[in-house]
Amino acid sequence: MSSYILRRMVLLIPVLIGVAIIVFSMVRLLPGDPAVAMAGVHATPEYIAQVRANLGLDEPIHVQFGVFIRRLIRGDLGISTRTNRPAVVEIWPRFLNTLSLTFISLIIASFFGILVGVISATRPYSLLDNVTMVFSLFGVAAPVFWLGLILMLIFSVRLGWLPSSGMGTPQHFVLPAVTLAAHSTALIARMTRSSMLEVLNMDYIVTARSKGLMERVVVVKHALRNALIPIVTILGLRFGMLLGGAVLTETVFSWPGVGRLMVDSILARDYPVVQGSVLLLALLFVLINLFVDILYAFLDPQIQYG
Amino acid sequence: MHFFRSKAFRQLKKNRLAIAGIIFILALFVIAALAPYIAPYNPYQTDFFRTLEGPSRQHLLGTDDLGRDVLSRIIHGARISITIGFISVAIGLAVGVPIGAISGYYGGKIDILVQRLVDIMMAFPGMLLAIIIVSVMGVGLVNAMIAVGIVSIPTYIRLVRGSVLSIKNNEFVEAAKALGVRESKIIFKHVLPHCLAPIIVQSSLQVGAAILWAAGLGFLGLGAQAPIPEWGAMLSQGRGYIRTAHHVTTYPGLAIMLTVLGFNLFGDGLRDALDPKMSRD
Repeated sequence: MSSYILRRMVLLIPVLIGVAIIVFSMVRLLPGDPAVAMAGVHATPEYIAQVRANLGLDEPIHVQFGVFIRRLIRGDLGISTRTNRPAVVEIWPRFLNTLSLTFISLIIASFFGILVGVISATRPYSLLDNVTMVFSLFGVAAPVFWLGLILMLIFSVRLGWLPSSGMGTPQHFVLPAVTLAAHSTALIARMTRSSMLEVLNMDYIVTARSKGLMERVVVVKHALRNALIPIVTILGLRFGMLLGGAVLTETVFSWPGVGRLMVDSILARDYPVVQGSVLLLALLFVLINLFVDILYAFLDPQIQYG
Repeated sequence: MHFFRSKAFRQLKKNRLAIAGIIFILALFVIAALAPYIAPYNPYQTDFFRTLEGPSRQHLLGTDDLGRDVLSRIIHGARISITIGFISVAIGLAVGVPIGAISGYYGGKIDILVQRLVDIMMAFPGMLLAIIIVSVMGVGLVNAMIAVGIVSIPTYIRLVRGSVLSIKNNEFVEAAKALGVRESKIIFKHVLPHCLAPIIVQSSLQVGAAILWAAGLGFLGLGAQAPIPEWGAMLSQGRGYIRTAHHVTTYPGLAIMLTVLGFNLFGDGLRDALDPKMSRD
């Protein structure tokens, strides 16, 4: 087990280096002078020269990469060209906002997805099962930004129940989190249903039932525990989808998250902030996937990881 | 044709949802092909006396903030969305399939290198990777298409590599080797045809995903730019008027959802028919 975790972490090293190379290359692949890109189009020649020296742009490319990594380790992502403040200071609070939105959505999606999936599986082809199926088909196909606008139209413009944008109170979380969770809820429900149906036909479930156990105990204690294993594996991937969807959801609800910051920074050519946001989001995704892989190894006693 | 007499096709015909998907996709193709003839108005024709009008007899789905006919713009948008779906899938196929096949067939160092590169690409959530690519290449419809295509490459590599791995140790491959058939011919003529089923299924689902992602980029302002009638960009322009004229956002979104639904239903049906092992339900 510990050797599996160790091997999994060793495999992380090339990925992290790769992510760093991609983020490093972003600015250098842009047409034109990377120093101008980093300093901003309105920067003075002196400042551009300073940025050039700072990034080591006259040095060979591997030296530049070394400089980039050393600055990263110190937490130095450069200076935002829009606000002239360190990019880290711009990004970090927004990153935390994205994190809270994404985690709440993941919890909503897991809870409702598994609940609905289990109920559907215990009553296959019932009315409830069919309704769930139709909802999940639409839930997967609906663009998240459109769903957000429709929910906003119904619950804040028409009914006036919930705030339409910004953050602050718990009510502000409801619409963005539900919007973001919809797609994942639908997929998790479908996944849970098929996984549960498979498990419920197994011999040990028949045994459990014939022992006279209550149906609820059989479903929850015996079946769900085993059905959860494949579901956990997709949670990591779901998290990536949620981070991608968060960019869109944040735009719809004016949520001050890192996704929106990144898009605004792209449009304003504020590359230090773009680089920092990309780096943090990718790092988070990689770590979550590591966590899910380890969790999977714990959950599945059948698989020995050598 | 062979396919129409196959068991898979009979299976597919029995799946009512898949048939609904096919009918919708065909309808979409017809609409896209005939767009200039069936659209009641020119999608770029502005009318400043009739802005943000609700649905009426003259404008079945109303007009947008510049007085353009929403229905006509959605009809022309079908062309754009279909193009996005197919071009980006073509990019994913053209790059991902050969790399995946070579990686799986030869194994060894090439395979390790390819797998690490795939790991790195997959370290970014799909939408984020698309945004990164657009931010480097510049915003616009064509770049958004390319970005979405590139994002799908690792999925194809993984898929094809896995299929090739399960096929390459079969006797007919050994036989071809023993006969001295060129390796490139073995890969493309003998091994890959057996991997077609999962590739076709993935491509059908990928068309839907690509349309969704490109619409997302359009909505963020990183994809199609005004005045192109791309559905995502239309939604983005209309969202400022959600309080007064929601039809400007509602209908383009509906178009996206139904299109993606059509490709998903078709893809799910194909998967059940072609490859029962892959079935999720």
